[in-house]
Amino acid sequence: MNSEASTQQLSYIANQASDARVNIELETEGMTLNLGPQHPATHGTLRIIVRLDGEQVVSAEPVMGYMHRGYEKLTEVRTYPQVTTLVNRIDWLGSFANEVPFILAAERLMEVEAPARAQWIRTALFELSRIANVVLFLGDMAVQLGATTPVFYAFRDREFVLNQIESVTGGRFHPNFDRIGGIKDDLPKGWIQETKDVLVRIHSFCEEMEDLVVGNEIFQTRTRGIGIIPADTGLAYGLSGANIRSSGVDWDLRRDGGVGLIHDQLDWKVWTHPDGDSFARYWVRLQEVRESCKMVGQILDGIPSGPIMAKVPRIIKVPPGEAYVETENPLGVMGYYIVSKGDLVPYRVKIRSASFNNVSITPWVLKGVYVPDVISILASLYFILGDIDR
Amino acid sequence: MTVFNLAIELAYWQQTVIRSVLGLVAVLLPAGTLVYLYLFKMMSFMQSRLGPMEAGPYGSLQLLAEVGKFLQKEDLFPRDADRVVFKAAPFVVLASTFLLVLVLPAGPDAWFINIDTGVFLALAVSSISVIGILMAGWGSASKYSLIGGLRAAGQLVAYELPLVLAVMGVVIQAGTLNVQEIVLAQANGEIFGWGGIGNPFIITQFLGFMIFLVAIQAELTQPPFDMPVAESEIVTGYLTEYTGMRFLLFFIGEFATAGIFSALAATFFLGGWYIPGLDPTDNLFNLIGPLVLVGKMLLVSFLIFWFRFTYPRFREDQLQQLAWKVLVPLSLVNIVATGVLKVIF
Repeated sequence: MNSEASTQQLSYIANQASDARVNIELETEGMTLNLGPQHPATHGTLRIIVRLDGEQVVSAEPVMGYMHRGYEKLTEVRTYPQVTTLVNRIDWLGSFANEVPFILAAERLMEVEAPARAQWIRTALFELSRIANVVLFLGDMAVQLGATTPVFYAFRDREFVLNQIESVTGGRFHPNFDRIGGIKDDLPKGWIQETKDVLVRIHSFCEEMEDLVVGNEIFQTRTRGIGIIPADTGLAYGLSGANIRSSGVDWDLRRDGGVGLIHDQLDWKVWTHPDGDSFARYWVRLQEVRESCKMVGQILDGIPSGPIMAKVPRIIKVPPGEAYVETENPLGVMGYYIVSKGDLVPYRVKIRSASFNNVSITPWVLKGVYVPDVISILASLYFILGDIDR
Repeated sequence: MTVFNLAIELAYWQQTVIRSVLGLVAVLLPAGTLVYLYLFKMMSFMQSRLGPMEAGPYGSLQLLAEVGKFLQKEDLFPRDADRVVFKAAPFVVLASTFLLVLVLPAGPDAWFINIDTGVFLALAVSSISVIGILMAGWGSASKYSLIGGLRAAGQLVAYELPLVLAVMGVVIQAGTLNVQEIVLAQANGEIFGWGGIGNPFIITQFLGFMIFLVAIQAELTQPPFDMPVAESEIVTGYLTEYTGMRFLLFFIGEFATAGIFSALAATFFLGGWYIPGLDPTDNLFNLIGPLVLVGKMLLVSFLIFWFRFTYPRFREDQLQQLAWKVLVPLSLVNIVATGVLKVIF
């Protein structure tokens, strides 16, 4: 723990002590508030037990597991191609991105590599699902802070991205499109030009959010300096993705990971923010949507021709071994640890999903804040319930 | 009350009936108009959607459908609720709304009551709703309701002060607490000797008008000051446990109060029922005065709802800071400046 964090903790303890003294004099008592599992702000079924002193949080404890669907166990009775059907329900807003690390891990075990065109299309869809996911966050964060309008703009423009994903994969929400050794189908005719038009829309959406939300003074007073996560504390809790980049850690697996996607051939930038507060987390994600637009644009211009499937047997049996592949998914680092015994089905699969770790910091970061800030901090940490419980 | 100078003497009971009916109209009509025009349609267009389209032409009967839905709902009570308090709370809130409409003049002779302390009465009865909201928050026996009710109480008390102080400037300039005479003072006023458009106080009291707008936004608990009903934080605050008829009463109360506060702002700052170019004693104003007032009310409430749909909400402590550190000093400065200028000119 660095000095800033320890000072924060010490001042918190001092505050608590002085409050406790006042409480004895005034004979006030705390209140336990059950935020969730059904609560408008937890967008799903996360339950947070908050101990309140007035409107100040004394302690907060997240309770997970209300949506546990047992995917890790279910994969043990599914063949490898069937598993993608399950896993793209983990983070349901950017579902294609869930399939990618699993397929990459399976490919590593089978020692096959997807052809170049398949990798480019994969990366394009990966980034499109990031846009579909984070665009919704950009509106949702505002709605958690009480501004109802931006979320409708987010849904409006996200629709076009989903249309593009659907016209390639056939699935709006659950594409189930990635295959071991490549992808299922080639791009439909005219898709590249249509997608370019959509990227223009998303770009103007980002401008709109910059004006409407980031530039709003009330938004800034509500988010600046709220929920500060220092870099080392964030790393200690295992935060990843935009949450840790907004604390100033320059770490992005798309650039640093070097697994089967082609981000290293594109010209883009990893955005970080030194503040680590709720505002930084919003701002970094806004920049990431812009970078994703840039990346997809470059992919559309430079996509090579060629086959989309490598030579793989019709019935996929993965040779015995273990592989762990993680990628930079919309919510953060997502990894699959696959153990194979040479069977049709995986022997064990462990899913490392980003939101589980991102939520685990809540007891630390929610201490001493006010009830309204609980909501804004939770919103800025941006979790998907399916991604927590799997 | 004399209605449109009909030159007929009405019995007391006849007057009472007319008063009650017109009072109901004066409360329900602005509420319905605001809900349909702004909450349903303007909000939808701002959010790039159509809003209700099925019930009636362009969804104009949607409000009736909503009322019908609420009337059919079961009258629920939380198990530990204080039933008497819980039942009474919406009526207390609505009573404040009905009392508030009394002071509004809609024409030279079209008024409910014409008393010399009209402004005082309006500001006094507008704070009755705090009691109703506190009753709702406490009587619901729910933690979210309690937090919402206490937030509402703190907020409404804090913003009562800028509200009163903003009106003080108008009162000083008009030299009267009588609402009707404030309208006449604007109608007969002159701007540096030119009486072409009268003297609407928004020109001289622009600061007061802005403070009044911010304060009524907070009094109405609308975004950016909607912490008492912040749906993403405390579900819907003091409204959480209400359903059916009682929720409908709160809902009507909220929008009727929005309309009446807008009409008050129009009366204090935009000249009320008067439009320039006509003699304010003209009998015609008894007929078109209400329409003019409704038009100006829609203009002011457009601003209120525009802010409502655009801004995120403050935090409770930031809201109190805004009230005590910004609005109250500003309105005091406004009063001093108005007083000094009043003496000079």
